Amino acid sequence: MPAEYRLILKHASEPGYTPDLACYLRHGGYETLRKGLTLAPKTLPDGRVLSAQEQIREEVLRSGLRGRGGAGFSCGMKWNFVDRKSGKPVYLICNADESEPGTFKDRQIIYRDPHQLLEGMILACFANDVHLAFIYIRGEFVEGARILERALEEARAHGFLGRNILGTGYDLEIYVHRGAGAYICGEETGLIESLEGKRPYPRIKPPYFPAVLGLYMCPTIVNNVETLCNIKHIVAMGGAEFARIGTPNNTGTRLVSLSGHVRRPGCYEIETGKVTLGELIFDPAFGGGLREGRQLQAIIPGGVSAKVFRAGERVTLRRRGLDGKETVEERDVLDLPYDFDTLIAAGSMSGSGAIIVVDDSVSMVEVLANISAFFAHESCGQCTPCREGSLWMAKILQRLAAGQGRRRDADDLLHIADNIPGGRTICAFGDACSWPVQSTVQKFKEQFVARGAEAEARRAAQRAASAASAAASTPGRAPVEATAQPPPVAIPSGS
Amino acid sequence: MSAGSLSSNPAVTSAGSVAAPPETLRVRVNGKEVVVPRTMPDWQGRPAPTTMLQACEIAGVTVPHYCYHPKLPVAGNCRMCLVEYGTPALGPDRQPILNPDGTPRIVRSPRPAIACATPVSPGMEIYTDTPGVRAMRAGVLEFLLINHPLDCPICDQAGECKLQEYALDYGESRSRFVEAKVHKPKAVLLGPRIVFDAERCILCTRCIRFTRDIVGDDALGILNRGSYNTIATAPGRAFDNNYTLNTVDICPVGALTSRDFRFQMRVWFLKETKSICPSCGTGCNILIGSRQGRIYRYTPRPNDAVNSHWMCDYGRLNYKWIHRPDRLQKVLIQGQPSTWERAMLEMVQRLRQATPGTVAIVASARLSNEELWLLARLKQHFRALSDAVPREGEGDHLLLHPDRNPNSQGARLTGICYTEMGSVLPRILDQVQKGTVRTLLVFGEDMTRHGFEPDLLQKLDTLIVSDVLPNATTALAHYLLPGSAPAEKSGSFTNVQGRVQRFHAAIAPPGDARPEWEMLAELVEKVTGQRLPSHLPGLFDAMAAAVPAYRGLTWAGLGDLGVSVPV
Repeated sequence: MPAEYRLILKHASEPGYTPDLACYLRHGGYETLRKGLTLAPKTLPDGRVLSAQEQIREEVLRSGLRGRGGAGFSCGMKWNFVDRKSGKPVYLICNADESEPGTFKDRQIIYRDPHQLLEGMILACFANDVHLAFIYIRGEFVEGARILERALEEARAHGFLGRNILGTGYDLEIYVHRGAGAYICGEETGLIESLEGKRPYPRIKPPYFPAVLGLYMCPTIVNNVETLCNIKHIVAMGGAEFARIGTPNNTGTRLVSLSGHVRRPGCYEIETGKVTLGELIFDPAFGGGLREGRQLQAIIPGGVSAKVFRAGERVTLRRRGLDGKETVEERDVLDLPYDFDTLIAAGSMSGSGAIIVVDDSVSMVEVLANISAFFAHESCGQCTPCREGSLWMAKILQRLAAGQGRRRDADDLLHIADNIPGGRTICAFGDACSWPVQSTVQKFKEQFVARGAEAEARRAAQRAASAASAAASTPGRAPVEATAQPPPVAIPSGS
Repeated sequence: MSAGSLSSNPAVTSAGSVAAPPETLRVRVNGKEVVVPRTMPDWQGRPAPTTMLQACEIAGVTVPHYCYHPKLPVAGNCRMCLVEYGTPALGPDRQPILNPDGTPRIVRSPRPAIACATPVSPGMEIYTDTPGVRAMRAGVLEFLLINHPLDCPICDQAGECKLQEYALDYGESRSRFVEAKVHKPKAVLLGPRIVFDAERCILCTRCIRFTRDIVGDDALGILNRGSYNTIATAPGRAFDNNYTLNTVDICPVGALTSRDFRFQMRVWFLKETKSICPSCGTGCNILIGSRQGRIYRYTPRPNDAVNSHWMCDYGRLNYKWIHRPDRLQKVLIQGQPSTWERAMLEMVQRLRQATPGTVAIVASARLSNEELWLLARLKQHFRALSDAVPREGEGDHLLLHPDRNPNSQGARLTGICYTEMGSVLPRILDQVQKGTVRTLLVFGEDMTRHGFEPDLLQKLDTLIVSDVLPNATTALAHYLLPGSAPAEKSGSFTNVQGRVQRFHAAIAPPGDARPEWEMLAELVEKVTGQRLPSHLPGLFDAMAAAVPAYRGLTWAGLGDLGVSVPV
């Protein structure tokens, strides 16, 4: 039986658990921080001596922890890229700009267990010799920002933050910075620009890799809220132990935001790769299935920018194992284990861990029109393909959904969507806005073509009717227009 | 205007033979191997890793672009310069893996890269002409055009518009865009000299970067999001610095137009003449756009030694006086209309009778080197006192120099004045007052504004005056010789840094007016009996032979960018 595995949300959902420091301390809070900060230097067999900081970084690398923001990049590698020889300060930013539609995991931590985030963050800062860090929180989390401010105050008052933390001589200050309501601020270089007080235009890479030229042109680490919480658990249990949770290369737990047409939407924590998409949707421990009489139509597996799966889709998994051998395997989409690598191999991604379930009560044309409207609104407009393409696609879809479409709109959408992603834009937003269009139009093409055909037929009938009435009211004039029209198109029945 | 002057490094080799020197590296552009420097000047001229775009430039391959400008920080937002590329595959030993034929195996990147910002690496192969690259360019162009108003027939940029040019290369003749276009503000006065059409704008941000990073006036920014993005000034603030019109030049489309030039002339009718801005001592290189004897605009001409790609608004707009209706057009003797022949005859007669020490010359430092040198010949002949008149204004941090004479150094080097210009004027005044000086030649200055009262000037035996516009001195002239604006003649100026630069006649002077060098060469020849070349290049070469500071220079050798001499 699949079940939740609570690591990060272990206490958060317990009755009576409050976000204040006293409660956190009662549950063993900040013990790990003390442990991490006071690690004794370790001498390796080859004579090298590892400082406390280096030991934590080693453990994080060993844990196999992958970023929980969406890209799933190895956290230990990201830390290794940091330019530590530049002589400039290293900054750490907690990306709390959770704004991928369908995602509501980081807010669980922020609202219910803020000190867990702070503890993980302080450890991450310590491990990377960071003395100034920021929490960039999305503007809509007004209460979340207040909770974090309060938590920071408490931590400061108890010597977990500020000068000489826990008497170890380590100094760290953390500030909360609220965004002003833009999805693009979740993109790490856009976030950095925003934090610098500028328009959040993502930076070009090269040369502006945050690990080298980040905040104020200094080396900068940007980690997601959930990622930073995991740091605490890695330090507490050790990287090797952490890596035993989940599956190889997909270690630890994941917070899954399950929403849409399921009976029990909510945020569930699972062992990565130990639960399938089907179990997440249908198992009573998770989504509990669809509502009475509804059929599954589509699954968006990792936030709206992820490529959609069609119910009943057979997915070919092409994977290269750790031994270098390639395996090919076909599975039903519901049998895909929910982890990073499987979903990428299946042509989509687990992204921010947001699963949106769509049943047969809605039209995929309207689903996609909604998604595209979001991206058209959130495109920052810096680079051409995304700026113009996202709005163009949204306009076509809006027209199609409003019954003003054409049969060719489906092909136009695919062609436009092909001109945006894959490195044609400065940041991943170009991919994010075109992947849903590419996948939805491809996999549900009949719905799009039918919508267009319906509208074409209706317009043709209207033209014929008005031409006929015009001919009737002006005797002697041949009804040229009416006869010139093609015969009405048979309307395929929409799903 | 295409990307900068990178022509100094064309090191195209045949198929690779010897190893590239350590400060260079080899790359292939569309199969052609080129050796490129590891670093090349960035927008500020500082060495930076050579980019794909620079390597392509060296290989003679043009990469289309909108937002990239060699003198502005890289933005990378237009995506027009996307190219495909590959790098040598490395084995576990970090050594290149070789193909059976011994060439390195190239791994093509699955993602394209922007040529403007991506550094080259040894052995890199850049592909700019594949179906994939052409499709990307066509895609970008289509995106740029869907919301563009397509109003070329009424757009000032038509004819020098990058959208038009690339549409010809990568565009479709029909649009498949059937939605309503995004509408944005039109004919917005961003400042006193700039009109902005937000619908034409492709948001390349060249104007924003120019005014922020070159001028230091962070006046422009972007409002709104996505396709609704619009360039704007801060509320209540005008885009008004002395360099705003450069944004019109660098705007690759018709979004920013000059209030002065818009709707005046289609650019393809304009004749472009290489010239020098005469409004201050900097000597910005310019192009004069003219048609049928009328000047329509000045635009800067790139010269890294002087003005980079820019010029100031003050100099750019300071041309209207050339077409003033009260321009001097007639030769006047004692106020009566006459002819050049008659005036020349009489002037030569009078000057031949003048004895050394009774002649003085005041020459404007707005005259060319050649003209000043000819006047210096007369000075020598008559052992005359001579000077020029300083003209000072407020300078700025970029190009505008406090010395508002375009040729102060020329006046000094030819011997018309001392280092301290104007220091001889009191002596000339004194000697005129005493009656020692009986003949005064005034070229291009109004002496009544420098202490020479009209009554005093009337007491002279001979007052020869040449100018382009009437003033109190020209009204008193015994012989009034209508002269030419710099745009109406050829010659050279020496700027404040000692850069000797050529300018060429764009239009003909009005009426009977002549270039000063022409009348002076005739006058000097007839007065002194020395033969002089009758064409400007010869005159320059004769001057260069005679004036120590210019020794070794030739008219042809000055080229379009000029030559520096020590000053």
